[in-house]
Amino acid sequence: MSDSIVSLRGVYKRFGKNTVVRDMNLEILPGEFLTLLGPSGCGKTTTLRMIAGFEETSAGTITVEGESVENKEPYQRDVNTVFQNYALFPHMTVFNNVAYGLTIRKVSKAEIASRVAAMIDLVQLKGYEDRKPDELSGGQKQRVAIARALINNPKVLLLDEPLGALDLKLRKQMQVELKRLQKRLGITFVYVTHDQEEALTMSDRIAVMREGVVEQLGTPTEIYDYPRTRFVAGFIGESNLFDGSVEEVRDGLMTVRTEAGRLLVNGEGFMAGEQLHISIRPEYVEFSKVPAEGFDIPGRIKDFIYMGTVIKTAVDLRNGQEIKFSRFEQDQSLQAGDAVFLHWKPSRAVAIKWKAEAGERNEKEE
Amino acid sequence: MKKKNRLPALAMAGPVSLWMVLFVTVPMFFIIFISFMSRGIFGDVVYDPSMESYLTLLDSTYFNVISKSLKVAAFTTLACLGLGYPFAYYIAKRPKDQAAKYITLIMIPFWTNTLMRLNSWLLLFQTSGPVNNFLQNSGITDAPVRFVYTDELVALGMVTSMLPFAVLPMYSSIEKLNKSLLEASADLGADARTTFKKITLPLTFPGIFSAIILVFIPSLGVYTVPDMLGGGKVLYIGNIIKNQFGMIRNWPLGAALSCLLIAITGLLIFLYTRFTSIEDMEVV
Repeated sequence: MSDSIVSLRGVYKRFGKNTVVRDMNLEILPGEFLTLLGPSGCGKTTTLRMIAGFEETSAGTITVEGESVENKEPYQRDVNTVFQNYALFPHMTVFNNVAYGLTIRKVSKAEIASRVAAMIDLVQLKGYEDRKPDELSGGQKQRVAIARALINNPKVLLLDEPLGALDLKLRKQMQVELKRLQKRLGITFVYVTHDQEEALTMSDRIAVMREGVVEQLGTPTEIYDYPRTRFVAGFIGESNLFDGSVEEVRDGLMTVRTEAGRLLVNGEGFMAGEQLHISIRPEYVEFSKVPAEGFDIPGRIKDFIYMGTVIKTAVDLRNGQEIKFSRFEQDQSLQAGDAVFLHWKPSRAVAIKWKAEAGERNEKEE
Repeated sequence: MKKKNRLPALAMAGPVSLWMVLFVTVPMFFIIFISFMSRGIFGDVVYDPSMESYLTLLDSTYFNVISKSLKVAAFTTLACLGLGYPFAYYIAKRPKDQAAKYITLIMIPFWTNTLMRLNSWLLLFQTSGPVNNFLQNSGITDAPVRFVYTDELVALGMVTSMLPFAVLPMYSSIEKLNKSLLEASADLGADARTTFKKITLPLTFPGIFSAIILVFIPSLGVYTVPDMLGGGKVLYIGNIIKNQFGMIRNWPLGAALSCLLIAITGLLIFLYTRFTSIEDMEVV
């Protein structure tokens, strides 16, 4: 516990009757890139704002380096924030924006000049020192915002959807740059985004949030390969989801009955008769034109979706559900309307515990 | 783009432009013209070029009146800023529906006739009026206090009638201020005071500037307030000008005073814009 740089214990945030964050427990490790990922309204930004000090917690404690920050104003906390819409001071030049934190701390002029120059160099904005924010592009503003937050040598840098306003190409480029910058400086980044791809690309660990609760915390691989809730499976990447019940368990291999047909899944800790969800990624779905072994799911090809790198094939199942599989190249032997039988390696499918959804949980607590 | 847009542009901006030229620019030049003419025996304007009116202005009487007018206008402006800014700040931070109510309250003086309001002041503040009755009955003063026809009451009346003009522009610029800029400032280590000094104040300056212009210029030329609350005994540029055009019928002198007033306000605005670059005034 003591080696985490920021920790949240039993943190709640309520706005009136609305509970935005509930019983949040999170240990953020020094030097890691942690992402709070979730749809809008899941409480990720509120969590970040509580760490920064812009919002008070309704219950629970937040500590930075083992010290409670409860009674500390934002300006007293050793964390800095990169705001969603940059929040650059429009009446100041790039230089003065970056220098702001040092000016407040009454650092000597000479030191300010050299540190700002170094920081501007780091974010590759040399030559733009005298510009006003109005005269910068979105990407450049973003760099100023990062430089301005980093100049105070924060222990933790909080980033609130910093790339949200940039176009796709620039966003991808900035993702890589930010990640490199973070590795180089060794500063802990807490990053808020609703973009799952961004989270997977950049993070050391991801906390997937939904309705104020962390649904799963883990490395990008863990989150992607072993989603623990139905929501995580659906939110991170694309997933084919089935609801069903365990028919038989034998040596970690389960037979599951669903409306679409019977499936084989690897899984531990399930009992016969138990309800569960099955998640299977489109890239692991295989097909054949003839049924085999009695564990195939019959369906009919609906259409093909060209995605650039992959082709997705949508298949209608007999229960009306649609599932997708993806390939790098389109199989020329397939045509819309063809009958196919879908299957996959049992180890590629993930069994997910049947659990009350977050929404239902809320009502129980209130 | 060129020919197509000409007609709508003319239709949209034409009427007002013509109106302003006919009814503002032309009369203004006429005033300047008259100021260089002389006064006839019967109070008429004789078209005989002369500098007499301007030479009259050099008289210390006029100098005193002008400096007093400037002082009262400056006092009114400062008081309106000092009272108005905190109030504007307060309502700008209220929820939108509440702020709208406060704005409505501020606008109420506009709905009531100025003369009626000033007359009610005279009734309230006269020697045997309710204010004096209260002061004497509660033992705060022994004898009635003379409020009416004093510089102090005139100043009070000026502040009262000018306050809305100060609050509204300042409110709109404070309200426009992006909240995340204040958070960014706090985040970077600035306490509330420093944030106010370095971020809020400079970024709401356009509103303060508008307030100064909107309060100072009318305060300098206003004549209703000094006329009524000062009873014509307290003299400012405004009522002197009015008297020259009215009772005394010395139009060239009145015109010269008007020109002086225009020159003073023009100079102040010029100085002000010199020291504050327009670029800094833009609020994003």
